[in-house]
Amino acid sequence: MTKISFPQMGDYHIPATYLLSHIFPNDKIINAPKITNKTIELGTKYSPEFVCTPFKYTLGTMIECLEKGADTLIQMGGGCRYGYYAELQEKILKDLGYNCKIINLVTKGQTNIRRINKLFKQINHKYSKIKTIYYSFITLKMVKYMDIIDDYIRQNIGFEQKEGSFEKLKEEMLNEFKYIKGYRNLYKTYKKYLKKFYNLKTYKPDKRLKIGIIGELYTIMEPFSNYYLEKSLAKHHIEIKRFTNVHYLLFEKAKEYKKYQKYAKEYFKYPLGADASDNIARCKFLCENDYDGIIHIKSSFCTPEIGAMPIINKIANTYQKPVLFFSFDSATSKTGIETRLEAFYDMLEMRKEK
Amino acid sequence: MYKLGIPRSLFYYYYGHFWQDFFNALKIDYLISPITNKKIMENGMKIAGSEMCLSLKNYLGHIDYLKDKCEYILVPRISNFKNDNQTCTNFWAAKDIVNNLFENKILNYNVDIQKHQTLKKGLFKIGKVLKKTPLEIKKAYHYAVIKEKKRLKKNHQINQNKLKLPKTKILIVSHPYNLYDELIGKDIIKYLKKRKIELIYSDKFDPKITNKLSKKISKDLYFKYSKDNLGAIIYCQNKIDGIIFISSFPCAPDSLANELAMRKIKIPYLNLVIDDSTSFTGLETRLESFLDMLGGKLND
Repeated sequence: MTKISFPQMGDYHIPATYLLSHIFPNDKIINAPKITNKTIELGTKYSPEFVCTPFKYTLGTMIECLEKGADTLIQMGGGCRYGYYAELQEKILKDLGYNCKIINLVTKGQTNIRRINKLFKQINHKYSKIKTIYYSFITLKMVKYMDIIDDYIRQNIGFEQKEGSFEKLKEEMLNEFKYIKGYRNLYKTYKKYLKKFYNLKTYKPDKRLKIGIIGELYTIMEPFSNYYLEKSLAKHHIEIKRFTNVHYLLFEKAKEYKKYQKYAKEYFKYPLGADASDNIARCKFLCENDYDGIIHIKSSFCTPEIGAMPIINKIANTYQKPVLFFSFDSATSKTGIETRLEAFYDMLEMRKEK
Repeated sequence: MYKLGIPRSLFYYYYGHFWQDFFNALKIDYLISPITNKKIMENGMKIAGSEMCLSLKNYLGHIDYLKDKCEYILVPRISNFKNDNQTCTNFWAAKDIVNNLFENKILNYNVDIQKHQTLKKGLFKIGKVLKKTPLEIKKAYHYAVIKEKKRLKKNHQINQNKLKLPKTKILIVSHPYNLYDELIGKDIIKYLKKRKIELIYSDKFDPKITNKLSKKISKDLYFKYSKDNLGAIIYCQNKIDGIIFISSFPCAPDSLANELAMRKIKIPYLNLVIDDSTSFTGLETRLESFLDMLGGKLND
C-alpha cells in the first residue's frame, strides 16, 4: 500500500484528494497539514539560497508530509524553473534520509496522457483507466465550479452584511464537495450553493473601490504565502478581480495567450515565460477599464515576473494608474505589508474623492 | 553615428565572434560597447529593477551606453534549441524589456526552434532591414558559420590539451557572460592565474558532447546552458583537482542546477555567488582557503 501525498495550494487539495482517492482506492492519501510558519522555516533551512519561494514552501510541506508517513509525493511544474523542482527536491529529501519517490506530472508546462499513465502505473500497477478518466472529468468540473464561486465571492465578500457569512457558506460547500457521488450530484450541489451565495445579503455602494490582482501563480493562489492579502483587502470594502486560477491554467491559458498578445502587442512581442506576458496584457485591461488600482504580487526571485515588472510600470505610467508591487519572501514581515496596503488604500480613496 | 550597436554582455559572449564575422562580411560598421566599467554598471543598476539579476543589469547598462551612438541596437531573443534545451527566462524577455525601457530602434531576431524560428531565418530578416541582398546575406552567413565551427573545434582542443597537463587543474563552471565580464568574474580568473593554476572553462567545450553527458547528473534538466556546464563536469571529472562555481546573484537556472551538481559530485568545490555589493577581498579569502584545501600540490 502506497501512502500518497502532495503539497497543497489554496483550497485545491479538496478536488485533488477526491481524484486520488477514487483512482487509488486501496492506497492511503495523506492530506498535507496546513502551511504554518514552521513549514516555511523547514523549507528555507534545506533549500538553496536564492531559489524562488514556492520551492521553499513545497519542500517544507513535503517534509511535513513525509513525517506523517507518506512515501510517494506528487508534484506539478510550470513553464519556468517550477518545472524542475521535482528532481532537486527528491535529491534534498534523500540526502535528509527520507525514503520517498516524487512523481512529477507536468514538466516545462507540458504534459501528455502517455506520461501520466506511465507515472500512475508507478504508484499502483492495477489502477483503472476508465475510472481515472471518469473521475478526472468530475474533478475538473469541480475545479471549474469552485473557481466560478470563488470569483463571485471575491467580488462580493467586501460588502457582506453579516460578517463571515461568505466564508462559512464556502466551507460548508467544500465539505459537501468532499463526498460527491457522480457528476449529477456535483452539478446539483453546485447549483444549490450558487443560489445560496446569490441570496446572501450584500450592500454594494456605487462609489466602491475596485482593485485587480495580478502576479505569479503560486503566490496568488496560496493565501498563506501572500499573507491573506485578499482577506485584508475585503476588510477595507474593496471589490477584487483576479484572473489566475487552476481552471485558467489548465484550459484557457493556451487559448487566451493569442488574444492577449494581440491586445497588448505594443508592449510585448514574445512570451516572457510563465504568466508574465499574460500579466502585462491584464495590466493593460485593468488600466483601460474602471479599476482604481493594481496590485502585483510575486514570490521573491521569480524571474519571469521580474522581467515583466518594468513593462507593467510603464503601462501604469501611461494610463496614470497606481500600482503596488509586493515581493513575498519567508522573511517578509506582516506589519510591513499591512502598512503599505493601508497607505495604498488611503491613496486610492483620495484619488476617488477627487 | 554607427549603423549598429552590439552590447558587450549576455548574448555577446555566446555569439559575439559570430556576429562580428557576419557583419564584417556584410560591410556594416558596428560599434561594440566597451569592456564593462563602473559607470556602465551603475547606469544599468539605475535603469533596471532592483531584483533583476546582476547580468541583466549589466546588459541594460551596456545598452544605455550605446543608445545615442547607433541607429540600431542588436537585441536577439533566444528561447530554445529543441529537445529540452531552453534558456533562462531573462533571455526570452530581454528584447521586450529593452524595447519598453529605451526608445531606440531594435534589430531583433528570434531563435525558437520549437516554433521553427532558426538563426538563419533571423539573420536573413536582419539583413533585409539593413538593405542587403539575399545573396550577400547568404555568403556572409556561410562565412560566419564556418569560422564559428573552426573556433569551437579549436577551443575544445585547447581545453583537452589543458586536461593532459601535469599541473593543478581547476574547472570553472559558469556562464561566459559572468565569467569573462570585467566586473563580475574577471578578478577571480586573474587571481587564479597569478597563483599559476591551470584553468579549464566549462563553456569552451563542444556543447554537442557536454549536453548529452549532463544526463548523468540530471535527467530532467531543461536549461541548455546549465546542461552544457554540468556535462563539462562529467567530461573532466577524473582529470581535475577542484571545481569553482561562479554565478551572479539571483540566477534562476544556476540556483537549481548548481545545487544538484554540488550534491552529486565528489570533487572539492567552491561556490561563489557574485552580487553588486560583493567585494573582491571577501572572495580572495575564500579562494585562498580553497586553494589551501586542495593541498600542497600547487604548481609553484
